Amino acid sequence: MKCSVCGAPAQVEVRRRNRAFCAEHYREWFVRETRRNIKRHRMIRPQDRLLAAVSGGKDSLVLWSVLSQLGYEAVGLHIQLGIGDYSRRALETTRVFAAAHGLELIVVDVRESFGLTIPELARATGRAACSGCGLSKRYLMNRVAEDEGFNVVATGHNLDDEAATLLGNVSHWQLDALVRQGPMLAERPGLARRIKPLYTFTEREVAAYAFLAGISYQHEECLHAEGAKSLLYKELLNRLETRMPGTKQVFLDQYLKKVQPALRDHSGEAEVELRRCERCGSVTTGAVCAHCKLWDRAYARAKKRHLLPPEAGFDPQPKLHFLTRAEP
Amino acid sequence: MKVVLRTPQKETRQLEGPLTVAEMLKELGIDPEGVIVARGSDLLTPDARLDDADEVEVIQAISGGAK
Ligand code: SF4
Ligand SMILES: [Zn+2]
Ligand SMILES: [Zn+2]
Repeated sequence: MKCSVCGAPAQVEVRRRNRAFCAEHYREWFVRETRRNIKRHRMIRPQDRLLAAVSGGKDSLVLWSVLSQLGYEAVGLHIQLGIGDYSRRALETTRVFAAAHGLELIVVDVRESFGLTIPELARATGRAACSGCGLSKRYLMNRVAEDEGFNVVATGHNLDDEAATLLGNVSHWQLDALVRQGPMLAERPGLARRIKPLYTFTEREVAAYAFLAGISYQHEECLHAEGAKSLLYKELLNRLETRMPGTKQVFLDQYLKKVQPALRDHSGEAEVELRRCERCGSVTTGAVCAHCKLWDRAYARAKKRHLLPPEAGFDPQPKLHFLTRAEP
Repeated sequence: MKVVLRTPQKETRQLEGPLTVAEMLKELGIDPEGVIVARGSDLLTPDARLDDADEVEVIQAISGGAK
């Protein structure tokens, strides 16, 4: 197979586009496509302040790297989940990457901030680790953005993530989630704009970029990811993709283009009124936000089981560590 | 040929060449859409030919869990 640009031996095939690229032209194509995604949706505008959620996995490090190549200055936010060695190595990978590229990084440790690690939170609430983990991550991204004056939060979601989420939402006809899903969620007072500049790349394409750009990322998976439904949806979609190239892209694109607007019209689009959480001051729909509710419940149960001392109280203020460019 | 799997646990397999990358993945029962295949610092397209002297790495691309 030959590079569609220069005719040299190809290293990556992008079947859904009928193209193949050598290493150099693949990287160029990837960066150009990302820029196009950003422009198409006006994801980033002059004066924006950007926070990039970086886990240490390939998607977030590729995102951070490409954003900086495109001239966007994004500060990284890494959330320490406290999932044993996996989390320690994730932080190490992220720190090394930030230092090597001269990027600024904010680290928040869930246990230091709120008193329990994600596995302890799961034990205390009796809910799956991913549910508390996902909620805490979303909360922290927005909270840190608001406290530190960032109006945009970028995440590394790729086409496989988005198509798998869509398949999950469609299988259960989760209309609220379907209406909200997309490459960009608009900014509202107290809520940062959420953008996913890599949403058109398959996961294989992101991995290929990371490899060819020499980005060393964490390959190891969180042990809770195993058996996650998202993985099953991804495998199913990949089986379709292998037989019918372009399936994932068409599934997502056509949903966003044809179905979502109709759904929006019918859902009345009455934007829910937002107010401030009585506990933490973050934007929410009820009196107390879902994050404070979750942690208050966890504290009550953790005290009963003597995981926390009886006088412990949940303090919703996250504690931030700033690793500036100079720090090795 | 020697095939090092990182999916993501490390495992090593021996296969008889010559094979294309697509044939090798088929023999291993791996969906090509979920992995990248590397030889040294190069990535290989599905039509690339492999013989007995080759050593390649199959790296898992897909990951689970909530972002
Ligand atoms: S797999 Fe679940 S618990 Fe692990 S990091 Fe992802 S969301 Fe959190
Ligand atoms: Zn080329
Ligand atoms: Zn709250």
